[in-house]
Formats: sequence, C-alpha cells, structure tokens
Amino acid sequence: MTGEQIIFLITAGYTLGSGLMVVTTRNLVHAALWLVATLFGVAVTYALLNANFIAVVQIVVYIGAIAILFIFAVMLTRKDLRDNTPQMNKNWWVGALLAVLTFAGFAFLLQGWSGFSKTAAAIPSEFDAVGALGEALVSPNAYVLPFEVASVLLLAALVGAVYLAFNKK
Amino acid sequence: MNFWNDPLKVAADWLEGIFAGWGMDAVLAHVLVAFLGVFLLIIILMVLDIFLVWVERKVVARFQDRLGPNRVGPFGLIQPFADIIKLMIKEDTTPGGADKVVYNLAPILSMASVLILWAVVPLAPVMLGVDLNVGVLFLIAAGAIGTLSIIMAGWSSNNKFATIGGFRQVAVMVSFEIPMLAMLMIPVIFSGSMNMNTIIESQNVWYFLISPLGALIFLIAAIAELGRAPFDLAEGESELVAGFNIEYSGMKFGMFFAGELLHAFTFGGFWAILFFGGYRFFGLEQVSPFLAVLILVIKAMVGYWVIMWVRYTVMRIRIDQMLAFNWKFLTPLAFVLVLVTALADALLASAPTWLYVSGMFLANVLTGWAALEIARSATHKEREQLEGAKQPAEVSH
Amino acid sequence: MVPLSWYLMLAAALFSIGLFGVLVRRNAVAILLGVELMLNAVNINLVAFWRYGDVTSMAGQVFTVIVFVVAAAEVAVGLALVISVYRRRNTVVADELDMMKW
Repeated sequence: MTGEQIIFLITAGYTLGSGLMVVTTRNLVHAALWLVATLFGVAVTYALLNANFIAVVQIVVYIGAIAILFIFAVMLTRKDLRDNTPQMNKNWWVGALLAVLTFAGFAFLLQGWSGFSKTAAAIPSEFDAVGALGEALVSPNAYVLPFEVASVLLLAALVGAVYLAFNKK
Repeated sequence: MNFWNDPLKVAADWLEGIFAGWGMDAVLAHVLVAFLGVFLLIIILMVLDIFLVWVERKVVARFQDRLGPNRVGPFGLIQPFADIIKLMIKEDTTPGGADKVVYNLAPILSMASVLILWAVVPLAPVMLGVDLNVGVLFLIAAGAIGTLSIIMAGWSSNNKFATIGGFRQVAVMVSFEIPMLAMLMIPVIFSGSMNMNTIIESQNVWYFLISPLGALIFLIAAIAELGRAPFDLAEGESELVAGFNIEYSGMKFGMFFAGELLHAFTFGGFWAILFFGGYRFFGLEQVSPFLAVLILVIKAMVGYWVIMWVRYTVMRIRIDQMLAFNWKFLTPLAFVLVLVTALADALLASAPTWLYVSGMFLANVLTGWAALEIARSATHKEREQLEGAKQPAEVSH
Repeated sequence: MVPLSWYLMLAAALFSIGLFGVLVRRNAVAILLGVELMLNAVNINLVAFWRYGDVTSMAGQVFTVIVFVVAAAEVAVGLALVISVYRRRNTVVADELDMMKW
C-alpha cells in the first residue's frame, strides 16, 4: 500500500466518522461543529485530488461562512434544542434502511461501470489549474452563462434571506 | 550549492543522509525531515512571540509616556518569561456548565490558525513552507478557522459576556473578510498569480506605490480581523469585561493572548509581502537567504508597529458604527477600487513604468477622494436630518 | 495511486449518511446539516471526475464552484426561514410545523 493510499484511507475514515457524528449527536451545536470537521475532511480530499483552489475555497466558504451561519442559527433558536427530547423520528430505522439501500444501490451500479477503477493520468507540469478555472468561468465559449446565473441566484437568495429574517416592528 | 545560498536544502539533505545511514526508508526520512522543519519553525515563532510581548509592552509604554518593563533583566527583556511563569502556575479553571471538550479545543485552534499562516510565508526566495498556487486565499481560509475558535470559546464558556463577545467578534470578522478578500485581489491583478512568491518576485515597484488605497483598506480590514483597537469590541473591557476569553485562565488565556500578538505580527508580515515587496530590498535578497529573512522580519516589524500605533492612538468604536462603516463605506469602496484597478491596469498595460505607476497612483487617489466626498455629503445630510428633527424641541424651551 | 473507485465510494457513503440525517432528524436545522453533507458528496464526485478525466477541461471544477454558490444560497434562505418560523411558532421541530396538515 502506498503512502497516498494510507493518507486517503485516514482522510476518508475521518470524514465518514465525523459525518456520522453530524447525524447522530444529540447536542445540535456539537452536530454543527462535527459538520465543520466533516467539511474539513472533504477539503483534504480535494487537496488529495490536486484541486488546491477548490480545497481552499471549501474552507473559506463552508467553514468560514456556512458553518458559522449554522452555529448562529442553532444558538438563536436554542430554547427547544434541549438534549433530553428525542432528536430522531420514531421510525428512524426506515431512514437507516433507506440510507443503507441507497449506498448498496450506488455500489451495485458503480461496480458495473467500465471506468470504475481507472487511475489518474499525471497533471502536465506547466498546466495552471487556477488560471484555467478563472478563464473557464468568464470565457463566453465556456461557462460564463452558468456563472452569471449563479451570481444572480446568490443575489436573489441574499435579498430573500434578509427579507425573511428581518424583524418587522 | 552551499549552506550560505540555500541553507534549508543543505540542512535537509544532510539530515536525510544521516537518516538513510541508519537504514531508514527514503520516503519516511523525507516525511520526518519535513516534520522536523515544521517543528523548528513553530519553536522559532513561539520564541519570537515571547519577544513580541516585550516589544508590545515597551511600545505601548512609549506611546503613553511611560517607561514600560525595566526591572527584570536588561531593558526588562526577561519580563515576558516572568509573565509566562506566572501564567503557568496559575490555577487552570473550567467554569461549571462549560462544554469541556469545546472549551479546551478553542485556544488550541486559535493558536493553530495563526501558526498555519506561516506555511505559505516566503521567508526568502528559497525558504518557504509550501509553494501553494493559491497562497493568497490561504490567508482567508486560516482566518475562517480563527473565527471558528472564537465562537467556540464564546459559546462553550457558559457565560453571557463571553457569548456576546463571541457573537460580536464573528459578526466583525465575517463582514470585514469581504473588503480584505477584495483587496487581496489587487496584488493578484498586478502579478497575475495567487502565489505569494510570484507576487513578491513581480514587485519591481512596491505595490504600495501603485495602490496606496488598497494597502490602506487591507490594513483596516486586517486590524478588524485581528480584533485590536479601535475594533476590539469583542473584548470591550468596559462593557463585556473581557469578551470571549473571560472564563479562561492560566496558559489557556496565555494561548489566546500569544495567538493575538503573533497574529498581529503575521499580518504585519503579510502587509509587507503583498504591498511592500516582502523580502526584496534593492537586490540585497540575492546576497543570501539569511539577509532576505532579516529584511522580511524588519518589514514585518514596521507593519506590526503601524498596527500598534493605530491601536494605542484611536479609541474603540461601537459595534453598529463599525458594521455600518464596513457595509456602507469600506465594502463598496473596496469593490470600486478593484474595478478601477483592473480598468486602469488594462488601459496602461503598454505604458512605460513611470507612466504606469503615476497613472495608477492618480487613479487610487481620485477614487479615495471621491469616496471621502460622497461619505462627507452623506453624513452631512444625515446630520442635517437629525438636527432638523431636533430643532422644534429646542424652540419650545 | 488511488483508483477512482475509492473516491466514488467515499462520496456514496457520505451521501447516504446525509440522506439518513435528512430523513431521520426532527430539528429543521439538523435537516439542513444533512443536506450540506449530501451536497459535499456530490462535490467530491465532481472534483474526482475532473481529476480522473481530462484535466485540461475545467467543467468539474466550474460546477463545483457553482454548487458552492447554490449551497450558500440554500443555507442563507433555509436558515432565514427557520428563524422566521421560530419567531412565529416558537419551534423548529419539523413534525410540529403541521398547520397545513389535516
């Protein structure tokens, strides 16, 4: 087993373990903090895939903004988040069964696919992924339209969120 | 290649040779040497941190017309060690009802978020931790972890002052991240790269001269990110007692404190790297990496001194004033400045250096002047409205 | 070298964990946490396909960035809704928000 495989296994174990903690912890602030741990593990996975820019943006956007938003929301609605009430549905086992079935279905579908266990080619040494991503995002014959639509969506979400959370006097 | 020209490479090769001589696997030896390098850097930074306590106390004393520590050792140099011994032997308290794991994790994360920044600092052309192609964004990513440590400290302390302090600090850090991110784009526009080393190499003219306004906005955002006066409302002694670190004692408090000092010094260093040419100083950095490190440390010290200078001469402002300042003035100005810089850069692309520099400088000054004029008229109107509402009441007296 | 299958299985497992959270949790905020896990699993897949496919074609990374934007928008609106509901109903437990049910 090579070093890279060992690092991948440690990262994957850490990510999945903290992901399980997110959905099973009783204390919601702890669940949000475990989410931060999971997202950090995902960022390490991106770094293992040589996507440096995506890894750093993952930390900036998810840990810097989304995780903190979650912690804020949990604290602002704290009154009925006490740990003594059940945090799960009565028929939680149906959910567990569905999740396991989903995973089994994915595994079944994927292992029948021909490209399932292909290995990656080396990245050409002079290839500048960050520059290429930047050009792809704003070039008219690449992805400028999805990018603009996404920014409009973000603006609409911003306005909507402010309107919803605004405390009308 | 000798020790004088590339000390890290020579030392690493020597160590790997020794480990290989012991019959160690080559990959393992490489990992071990890298680990030792990180360990050494952290030790140097911690020793520097102790020295920074002394610098901070001496400088604040001079600003306030005092002498500062001068009893323990020559010029009071041993004073920080006395402070550390005091912190070590203090009782290590944990408040009742605190969330123990989160409470103990917060100071470690706070310190780690500062130390991790030094992974991308190019100390010299050949001395840097990782040559990351997104080094500039790494700065913001580490800041996100610092924010997280503060909210963890504030929430887990089970103390209302700590929670309010944590909330305030997070609101400030999240909102001032935006002008800071926009200002990080300015060196990126000029150098065409997010790599710290490339940014320094392409600074034949200091970016401070090309974009003085950008450097200023970056400094303001950095001070807010640090949570130092005038933006230290997370600690606000007179209102919140000590803010998010109120319940911490002993060395845990010491870690927050040391982290803050090192953070200030680090941001002084980043200011120097992004806008003042980093380790470059009239070709002196070519002589030896040791000289380059010295130049960078001196420049970082100057940046740190400016941050201290602001801290001890400007008073604290209110949280609403601070957020209004950010959202209504600093963020729009930062975005406009990025637009102006990109436009001027495209217009002056083929101009000779002197024209390019003076044109960029002029564009910056004009943008800043226009922003100040707009802000002045807006505040004037606001004040008139307020006073106009008050006047009838005064007449009835 | 890690084969593609490892990344895909990691993503599938993370997606299933997120699905479990969405189906099972009673608290609205916790359901959103589960949705975040699912979105991240999708992102792992996108980046893995970029790396194992043609590296010079940036589609995988571009759509990862767009998923970031969508996730940020989703969280902002979702949490604003949760806070707004909490103000009116004084609860964020999804079972108890049953005014439309009869």
